[in-house]
Amino acid sequence: MKGMVKESQRPRKRWVAGIDFRTTLAGYAFMTPALLVIILFTLAPIAYAFVMMFQKIDMLTMHRTYVGFENFQKLFTDPKFWAAFRNTWQYVLVVVPTQTIIAMILAALINNKIKLSRVFLSIMFLPTLTSSSAMTLIFMWLFNNNGLVVNFLEDLTGQRIQFLTNPDLALSVIMMMNIFSTVPHFMIVFLSGLQDIPDSLYEAAAIDGANKVRQFLHITVPQLMPVTFYVVTMGLIGCFQIFDQAYIISNGSGGPQNSTLTFTLFIYQLAFNSNDMGRATALAFTLGLLIFTVTLIVNRLMKADKING
Amino acid sequence: MLMKKRKNMMRSFIYIFLTAYSLMTLFPFLWSLMTSFKTTREITSTMTFFPQEWSFGGYEIIFDSQFPIWVKNSLVIAMIVTFLNLLFNTLAGYALARIPFKGRNFLFNALLILIMIPSQVTMIPLYIVIARMGLVNTHMALIVTSMINITYIFMMRQFFMHFPREVEEAAAIDGLSRFGTFFRIVLPNMKASIATQCVFVFMAVWNEFMRPLLFISSTEKYMLTQGLNFLSKQYMNATKWDVIMAGAILSIIPILLLYILLNKYFIRSSEQQSGIK
Repeated sequence: MKGMVKESQRPRKRWVAGIDFRTTLAGYAFMTPALLVIILFTLAPIAYAFVMMFQKIDMLTMHRTYVGFENFQKLFTDPKFWAAFRNTWQYVLVVVPTQTIIAMILAALINNKIKLSRVFLSIMFLPTLTSSSAMTLIFMWLFNNNGLVVNFLEDLTGQRIQFLTNPDLALSVIMMMNIFSTVPHFMIVFLSGLQDIPDSLYEAAAIDGANKVRQFLHITVPQLMPVTFYVVTMGLIGCFQIFDQAYIISNGSGGPQNSTLTFTLFIYQLAFNSNDMGRATALAFTLGLLIFTVTLIVNRLMKADKING
Repeated sequence: MLMKKRKNMMRSFIYIFLTAYSLMTLFPFLWSLMTSFKTTREITSTMTFFPQEWSFGGYEIIFDSQFPIWVKNSLVIAMIVTFLNLLFNTLAGYALARIPFKGRNFLFNALLILIMIPSQVTMIPLYIVIARMGLVNTHMALIVTSMINITYIFMMRQFFMHFPREVEEAAAIDGLSRFGTFFRIVLPNMKASIATQCVFVFMAVWNEFMRPLLFISSTEKYMLTQGLNFLSKQYMNATKWDVIMAGAILSIIPILLLYILLNKYFIRSSEQQSGIK
């Protein structure tokens, strides 16, 4: 706002509105590429989505017929929808808290003026750098039925536990993988948040005789609340959208027995295997609504928590 | 004395924990690296960490496949997209911070809302838009849909909010135009922001899986992530994990190099990103 006043005091002022025409022109000239991309590839698809979810679309002839809420009706009576619903929720409820807690603890540990902290950070960052496809292949190699983990567990327990072909455990491999690769990113976010906490708070607590664990629980955790909110929100959005890993592990099928079928994978299947773009868009809209609602609720809860704390 | 002893114990616990976590992180990568140098026969029979017989068979198969073409595709497109992002995000960020044009606040708020819309939600209609433009199965589809990024527009806006205005005003008095000021005075001062964007945009394109999967269908146009998945389907049933791991390891190397080269910007920018909130 400060800039605004300054600019309008310039002698070139010609427009009644207070901002001269050339400035506005320059502004839009600078914004043109960004605006074009946003209009074509974000706004147009969103507008399109609102129409498509009420239509049945034939991809070959591009013929569309209005079907009202039929796409939604078909979705909600589809057992695959509920499988995806269950899987995605399970996934979110396990991954989001786990990765947030691990990231926060790691950040708090590294923040203790550790020698070689750069070395630790660099090594830990490796999974975040790796593409989801390479990471998934590495995990598939570790967890496949003849892989290291299965053999190791057999030596340890005498039982041969299969992961990738077991409907009860396939999703847990994806969960582990996601935690493994997002923890380092969030750890760094927490680390920057930690640096904003004044040392005096810890010094006062130390004088009061609070040990490190108590300091962590009573100073670090509440002080990090805004950062935690950011991390939880980003984690939620990321987890609800999980696709790559589920697609690669199940070869696009969501198997075994729909146990790795996530919302986004189901959207993909509807659109490109069943060629039902209308229903796929209806599902995407449902997912968007779900993400929005959950983020809003978490936002409220954490804000309330902050006031009480 | 007791305090000091306790403190030392605490510190050793921290070091042990961090070392353990680092080793746990490193292990899957080392295990895959070792696998890539084993023979297929060894992979199916034994489970030693180091290869009993070092073999480059996996890498030979990889280089005889279309892998080099996919690397080239990913490399070229990632570089083009990175360049365009640098240019366009910076221009937009500059305008939002410095040029008080009509509708600026509205645009800024609109962008704040748009950044929250998950890309997966719009992917099907986006596919139709791309199909309508006749861009399916072209690299152009990948470039045009990712040549700007709202997150970095905001980052650049932050940068320009903090950049001393007096420097620019002096240039304006000396008769430089807005574009002249921008390219001659401001641009040379943004090394850190440029490095940050380079790293993150390049990495995003290099690691992206879903968009190539949607848009690209012929194998010679595949991006590396897609190609890797394609290869794995080909060799997994034959348990040729040495080939698959060779591909996976090779695909990580360019990002790793970029990371080592620009390490200091990586960490710093992750911190900055959280500062946007």
